[in-house]
Amino acid sequence: MPNPVHEPPRAMNDARPPAAAATAPSPMRQSYRDALREALRAALHADPRVFLMGEDVGRYGGSYAVSKGLLEEFGPERIRDTPLAESAFVGAGIGAAIGGLRPIVEIMTVNFSLLALDQIMNNAATYSHMSGGQIHVPLVIRLATGAGRQLGAQHSHSLEGWYAHIPGLRIAVPATIDDARCMLAAALASPDPVLLFEHAALYNLEGERTPGLTAVDIDHAAVRRPGRDLSLITYGGSLPKCLAAAERLAEQGVDVEVIDLRSLRPLDDAAIMDSVRRTRRALVVDEGWRSGSLAAEITTRIVEQAFYDLDAPVARVCTAEVPIPYAKHLEDAALPSPERIVAAVRGVLGRGEAG
Amino acid sequence: MRIEFRLPSLGADMDSALLTAWLKKPGDPIAHGEPIVTVETAKGLIDVEAYENGRVVDLIVEPGTTVPVGAVLAHLEVEHPSPTAASAPPRPDATPAVAAAQPSEALPPREAFLPSEAGKPPPSTPSATPRPSAGHPRVSPAARRRAQELGLSQDLLEQSAAGAILHVADVEQLAATRAVTGSAAAAAPDPRIAMRAAIGAAMARAKREIPHYYLGQAVDFGAARDWLARYNAGVPVQDRLIEAVLIAKAVALAAARFEGFNGRFSDGRFEPATAVHAGVAIALRGGGLVAPAVLDADRKDLPTLMRDFSALVTRVRAGRMRSGEFAAATITLTSLGADGADVLYPIINPPQVAIVGAGAVREQAVVRDGQLAIRPTLTLALAADHRVTDGRAGSRFLRAIAELLQHPDTL
Repeated sequence: MPNPVHEPPRAMNDARPPAAAATAPSPMRQSYRDALREALRAALHADPRVFLMGEDVGRYGGSYAVSKGLLEEFGPERIRDTPLAESAFVGAGIGAAIGGLRPIVEIMTVNFSLLALDQIMNNAATYSHMSGGQIHVPLVIRLATGAGRQLGAQHSHSLEGWYAHIPGLRIAVPATIDDARCMLAAALASPDPVLLFEHAALYNLEGERTPGLTAVDIDHAAVRRPGRDLSLITYGGSLPKCLAAAERLAEQGVDVEVIDLRSLRPLDDAAIMDSVRRTRRALVVDEGWRSGSLAAEITTRIVEQAFYDLDAPVARVCTAEVPIPYAKHLEDAALPSPERIVAAVRGVLGRGEAG
Repeated sequence: MRIEFRLPSLGADMDSALLTAWLKKPGDPIAHGEPIVTVETAKGLIDVEAYENGRVVDLIVEPGTTVPVGAVLAHLEVEHPSPTAASAPPRPDATPAVAAAQPSEALPPREAFLPSEAGKPPPSTPSATPRPSAGHPRVSPAARRRAQELGLSQDLLEQSAAGAILHVADVEQLAATRAVTGSAAAAAPDPRIAMRAAIGAAMARAKREIPHYYLGQAVDFGAARDWLARYNAGVPVQDRLIEAVLIAKAVALAAARFEGFNGRFSDGRFEPATAVHAGVAIALRGGGLVAPAVLDADRKDLPTLMRDFSALVTRVRAGRMRSGEFAAATITLTSLGADGADVLYPIINPPQVAIVGAGAVREQAVVRDGQLAIRPTLTLALAADHRVTDGRAGSRFLRAIAELLQHPDTL
């Protein structure tokens, strides 16, 4: 197996929180990691058909410590450590889903999912279509994605745009505490395979839980910050960067709206166009590479559907077209940042309007 | 050869003009530089001049009609049409007449500007259509639709879009300006309202687009004042020089010597001018301000400059301006005169890149040779375009003007 992470690298170990932090969450504040764990625990309690499998999800508690404690709570039948064989355990998950179970398969990073791409694309995504709707694959795959933690090129890419290309899959991306806590249930309820992309830089994110919120959909985008001057369209790990950029821009008198796509397939065209028609300017922020990217798809849809509402060309902030560098300063330079987003917004506004 | 005689654009934010009178009738001969028609713009009455020798064939637009920039006013039969006649303004030594393809900005004579890239074709259009030469006008899709809702014509949009991208905010401003001038024209015409709107639009554009920087310089005006007193004592009253002419000459000389202050900024870059056409801000009776140019101010001696300046003021205050001097300025001087404030911080007149403001000359206590002295002092303020120059260059430019004023006999 060419899996390079026989031992999770040091940085991943460092990502694991101290034990105390994992055990005593404040009732209102929660980390993204704890919210994901709460979702897993709730799903395992709610439905005996649900089980979790993947590399190091059991005794190690998950590479990012999301499933820490679940083996003790639910036992090895439902929290299953797998060999380092993505194609095999994703294939097993597909079989289990077809057989009536509700598997949650964790793939350590999206880079490794390429070993299971044949299973995901040729099997999971096609069966419903090829069987005339007789065979559904209600499989959920959780994948870590994204860069920013010095994990090197083989652990840091953002390939969700590739998966969003494939008919037959649903791609959902939790970027907030609430979505981390609630998207899994919606994904399990889908009769079709759902890929949930968790940005590795978000696991330590802390935020408020919305009291009383127990369910979300995985169909709609959300306005995370309303604004008048420009629509910042983003998802996942870039959402906090966009919100930070929006704060800085607000200090300069620029009022941007931040759209969290939440679902990359299907894309919520209506929400995107509604926002762009109001602000008349759009900037897409996507940690994927620019060429042939999800950002390119969104840009095209805006041009197709809202051309006559545009007051400026649509712009993009994407990752530099290099394998993600290991060195911190190079990695930072390659990725979208609040500074680059602010500069791009000012560019779209143009003519010194940004002050 | 028969050519179309079109309404030229005579200043920033000019969209249209009221044709007030024909100075020629069909069959009349016309000579190069001769006024053909008088039009009224927001800035006053302007005589539009012919660029060729020939005769008038027919007049198309009736007096009393408001026509957009670029509209065909008449047909002329001309002897030797200049290759640029139908579309580009003429050489600085001629008086511009027909500038059909020009955008709404005040365009100085094109030949005053050096192409910044070698081998670049001169920016003139061979066609006589009222389109800017740079292909399609760049109006954002949303701005187009807003213009439609506001009832602005396609022509107006295209003229306004030349040289800059038109966004929704620009269209709304255009409509607001037009509403002011339009309603004024419809009812009792109040030129002051239209003038104020035109100044407002040009200055708003300057403040929006031009990153100004400002520098101030106190100038010992003693040598200049003494020289003026001696000179004026020896000439008849009508030939006497005024301070403003001395300052204008110093500004023009410095503008010719220092790069980055004399020219225009368009399409995202600075185009230096080879000649110095000094715009002079002239206050009008009843309010308002225009800044027509004294052509080739750096090359004229002081008596000539004074005569040109007096003639210009007289014509402008009488409400008669020539299209050539109206749009030609490459740098502007604005001066408050003896009863003005100490310092005038000016706003650049786009598409120019620099303007010098002169306050009143005052007796001030200054340190001179280690002693307190009372000296006539002039405070100059420079506003320049940071896209073109920096404060250091501006400082050298301003100090050069101050230095020139120490040697008035060499001006």
